[in-house]
Amino acid sequence: MRALLPFITVIVLVLLAIVGVEAANLQFLFGVVIPYAAAAIFLAGVIYKVVSWGRVPVPFRIPTTCGQQKTLPWIKQSRIENPTTSAGVITRMLLEVFLFRSLFRNLKTELREGPQLSYGSDKWLWLAGLSFHWTFLLILIRHLRFFTQNVPIPVQMLEHLDSFLQIGLPLLYITDVIFLAAVTFLLIRRFTIPQVKYISLAADYFPLFLILGIGVSGVLMRYFIKTDVVGVKELTMSLVSFSPAIPKDGPGTIFYVHLFLISALFAYFPFSKLVHMGGVFLSPTRNLANNSRMVRHVNPWNYPVKVHTYEEYENDFREKMKTAGIPVEKE
Amino acid sequence: MAKEMKPNEIIGSIDYNPPKTDWMSTPVQIKPGMFCWGAKAKSINTVGFPNARDWNPGEEDWKLPENWQGTVLEGIADRLKKYRSFRLFMDICVRCGACADKCHFYIGSGDPKNMPVLRAELMRSVYRRYFTTPGKMLGKLAGARDLDINVLKEWWYYFFQCTECRRCSVFCPYGIDTAEITIMGRELMNLLGLNIEWTMGPVAACYMKGNHLGLEPHTITSNIEFMLDDIETITGIKVNPSFNRKGAEILFVTPSGDLFADPGTYTCMGYLMLFHELGLDYTWSTYASEGGNFGFFTSNEMAKRLNSKIYAEAKRLGVKYIIGGECGHMWRVLNQYMDTWNGPADFLEVPKSPITGTVFENTKSTKMVHIVEFTADLIKNGKLKLDPSRNDHLKVTFHDSCNTARGMGFFEEPRFVAKAVCNNFYEMPEDTIREKTFCCGSGSGLNAGEDMDLRMRGGLPRANAVKFVRDKYGVNMLANICAIDRAALTTSMNYWVPGVGVTGVHELVANALVMKGEKPRTTDLRGEPLPNAGGESDV
Repeated sequence: MRALLPFITVIVLVLLAIVGVEAANLQFLFGVVIPYAAAAIFLAGVIYKVVSWGRVPVPFRIPTTCGQQKTLPWIKQSRIENPTTSAGVITRMLLEVFLFRSLFRNLKTELREGPQLSYGSDKWLWLAGLSFHWTFLLILIRHLRFFTQNVPIPVQMLEHLDSFLQIGLPLLYITDVIFLAAVTFLLIRRFTIPQVKYISLAADYFPLFLILGIGVSGVLMRYFIKTDVVGVKELTMSLVSFSPAIPKDGPGTIFYVHLFLISALFAYFPFSKLVHMGGVFLSPTRNLANNSRMVRHVNPWNYPVKVHTYEEYENDFREKMKTAGIPVEKE
Repeated sequence: MAKEMKPNEIIGSIDYNPPKTDWMSTPVQIKPGMFCWGAKAKSINTVGFPNARDWNPGEEDWKLPENWQGTVLEGIADRLKKYRSFRLFMDICVRCGACADKCHFYIGSGDPKNMPVLRAELMRSVYRRYFTTPGKMLGKLAGARDLDINVLKEWWYYFFQCTECRRCSVFCPYGIDTAEITIMGRELMNLLGLNIEWTMGPVAACYMKGNHLGLEPHTITSNIEFMLDDIETITGIKVNPSFNRKGAEILFVTPSGDLFADPGTYTCMGYLMLFHELGLDYTWSTYASEGGNFGFFTSNEMAKRLNSKIYAEAKRLGVKYIIGGECGHMWRVLNQYMDTWNGPADFLEVPKSPITGTVFENTKSTKMVHIVEFTADLIKNGKLKLDPSRNDHLKVTFHDSCNTARGMGFFEEPRFVAKAVCNNFYEMPEDTIREKTFCCGSGSGLNAGEDMDLRMRGGLPRANAVKFVRDKYGVNMLANICAIDRAALTTSMNYWVPGVGVTGVHELVANALVMKGEKPRTTDLRGEPLPNAGGESDV
């Protein structure tokens, strides 16, 4: 049920777009109104989310230290895994954001006869996660072709590299293949690893089905159900220049399906776990230097607390202290 | 009390396959042996926490205050505004499952709610229901659920099955730290009077008497006198420490566990012998007689209230700086919290070793040095005369304590010291040490007697790694720098890996330390005969 409902939802979204365009002629709604609305929700939602996180103070300096601290000069500090400088923290964050450093540590724990616990390297999740995110980004960059009058050189170079295998016509993009494979892997592991299945919510399946839908519709459009690329670009350019117009011989329905699923993803994004993208930058266990013995970290809401003073303590124990030969303030 | 399970019964009961029923539809079962007794009215009253009453978690009625849901929800709202970690970690988990098999309690129990992700979901589900739009609208479909009495009991049960060790946060791609969530969970429990006596008792004792064990000033001095007698018997040297002495250069603070029971007392003898040999101008305090901080396992405010004594006493006595003993969570608190709570310590000076002249630049704000840093510096500068062969009867491995590992990065110093004073040192497998170290299974105030089943399950991964080096190299001694470890691992070793002892690093130091004017040693600090005792070759 937790997987089925999200699946049905995505199917319904696809059907909505098909029916909307084919039967009801709602090209303007699906090609202009909804994408604009989705982009607005995405932008406003993500900004709101990040700002609302950013406004919450970080009362304590709590990095998770994953290497040797800075200490005596002859002991080598792990400057990235246990940073004390901004450069160290930035490097740690870059490794985290671009290479998924922490996930790279992943291990698989097994309990064998003996009993013997063993920990094997398990990089599949890291590999699939990294492939998925990177190819998603590259595909996004490739799509800049549709949003710029003259395709920028870097985008052209990327297209070139991406299709260097020179398979088929139009040329096969390697990112398309990796992207679909990675999403499929991430989806399958949710069904097949018992622990992961157990913790998965509808909110975990929905984005995967949705993204898979976007990928499949995109691939269909490029390689199988040929659509009018010129028409697509006419529409996308009209959108970015804020003079939206639906081309006369507009792109085929499959394009509207693709666009509608993307719109759904954008609109859904700020309200879902997908905001982890912004959150990783703010994570106090990763983005702080471990220097709190050298530099005082200030808690903006630090407040005075009731303590048991030395005077009260001595009042409780003065005679016992004197008998034991412990010096006291008041004889 | 539950019948204690045998090791093979525990192993046989571990099943990593989750139950058939969805976790939200699987009500919590409060199992004997897996929880600690509820906090007593007396302990709660001492520190002025709400809803003081005697209660029993095993009974149906937990004697909750009126409108407890409101109290909890207000408590969550308040903390979401105060802690970015909490707010963020409620929002950004993608449930990738990387943390699932990293938790010692999950590995030792197979209970899916001990997977860090699910432990956090216990709270996230309530957060979604009351604090997010999709949760308010879609309910269970959005992974949200009402806060009812069963949910509350589930929280209590599982937030006291987490030792805040942070191993999961090493592996999480977003650094989500279950300790942050457990800390918040326990704070919320406190608002309802739902703490455990094993932490509240020590908290109350520490508040009134200065230390968790409730040792009164004269008991502290007499306990130490017993150790001095033993030191004299073993070395022929009379050691004379001072207490609450104004004008000393250094205040020494260590967990009170070191004063009370072996093997901690041997570590304490090690400090005494080392400081005596150095002729250090230092004093103990009976008021600030606790380095550890069980307040940290109840609420941040309570932790701050207890921690305040260290700086207050340093100021009163007019010392220049502070040295801290071997303890785990104590050092996470000192590193990541103390200065923020109770600093700035501008009345102290940056610590400088009177023996080597080394200035501990890394402590220039807190002015508190870890004794192992201090000793490592001594050894590196050749200031100690050591005879490591006096530890030759030991084959030693080192257990990184969770808090010094992941809340500090204290890896090389203790290894350097241990290797300098022992000839036989072996590492456990790399996935079980340093930042990937496993908890002893009893940290964060869970080392009671009534939750032994939980403790031994949680202790399994650490013990199993010790077993590996025992079988491979004949390791018979597990060194560490944590008072809870010294108590908890002793029990865990006896249970899982009989024949392996537990020691603090400074016990090993003192065994090897050749003191001026000492008599030939025939035993180590434990009274065990030395390997070549009485031989001509003795130093």
